[in-house]
Amino acid sequence: MPVEIVMKRAGSTLLVRMAGELDHHAVSGLRDKIDSKITLDNLKNVIFNFGGVDFMDSSGLGMVLGRYKLVSAQGGKVLACSLRPRVQRVFDLSGLQAKIPVFLSEQEALKNV
Amino acid sequence: MDNHMKLEIPSKSQNEAFARVVVAAFAAQADPTIDEISDLKTAVSEAVTNAVIHGYENGFGTIIVTAVLKDRRLEVSVTDYGVGIADLEQAREPLYTSKPELDRSGMGFTIMENFMDEFSLASEPGKGTTVTMVKIFSQIKTGRDA
Ligand SMILES: Nc1ncnc2c1ncn2[C@@H]1O[C@H](COP(=O)(O)OP(=O)(O)OP(=O)(O)O)[C@@H](O)[C@H]1O
Ligand SMILES: [Mg+2]
Repeated sequence: MPVEIVMKRAGSTLLVRMAGELDHHAVSGLRDKIDSKITLDNLKNVIFNFGGVDFMDSSGLGMVLGRYKLVSAQGGKVLACSLRPRVQRVFDLSGLQAKIPVFLSEQEALKNV
Repeated sequence: MDNHMKLEIPSKSQNEAFARVVVAAFAAQADPTIDEISDLKTAVSEAVTNAVIHGYENGFGTIIVTAVLKDRRLEVSVTDYGVGIADLEQAREPLYTSKPELDRSGMGFTIMENFMDEFSLASEPGKGTTVTMVKIFSQIKTGRDA
């Protein structure tokens, strides 16, 4: 299944809810959508909700890291939530949590932006 | 149980998902656990993605994926005939990437090494790259053992 996303605004934060398989092919279509939303709506932070993601490889890490570079340059934050065990395994190995805090639910992530 | 397979695909990003699903389906005959299959799929995805992005630099080329199953040992290799790697040690370092501008994290080889039981890398600049990985599936637990 290719990746599907829903983007929502919550104040100055962009919520990106994702479902499907996050690989290089899927990510190449997502990046521009997310970045133009951030720029056009002048948003500060991004929360990636991985709730529906059942496969992720390093391309998913790269996508998150790339958005971190983009918004942290303007003082914004990137957060992640609702990681399934498979996604968590890739996250843990990367040490990405030093930059991208991970929360159990979207509400919790929203409280921490 | 001995069996083998060979898959030849063009370096299109759509084939990343195709290749990992094919290898997972081939491995299914050894009755691996869900976690073992997930590890295998992720590692194959990393290797094929590297062939597409780095080996052929998102251009056109052929990727060969082979798998050999002997009892509970699966050996998978992914080969491209692309640009090759000059410094193998540097390439394998966690977080090293030659393409940070493409949003790469430099974690591909680290994931392959951690998710598989054996990993080796052979490459020659201008000739291409082969990644060979082994996964050893845990013993099947039958009702009689319990
Ligand atoms: N098939 C290949 N052909 C040529 N160079 C390669 C190949 N595979 C990997 N490399 C080189 O090795 C480096 C490290 O690869 P690795 O997969 O670990 O990270 P990455 O692909 O750059 O980032 P990520 O996998 O996290 O998206 C690459 O940046 C590239 O320079
Ligand atoms: Mg890689």
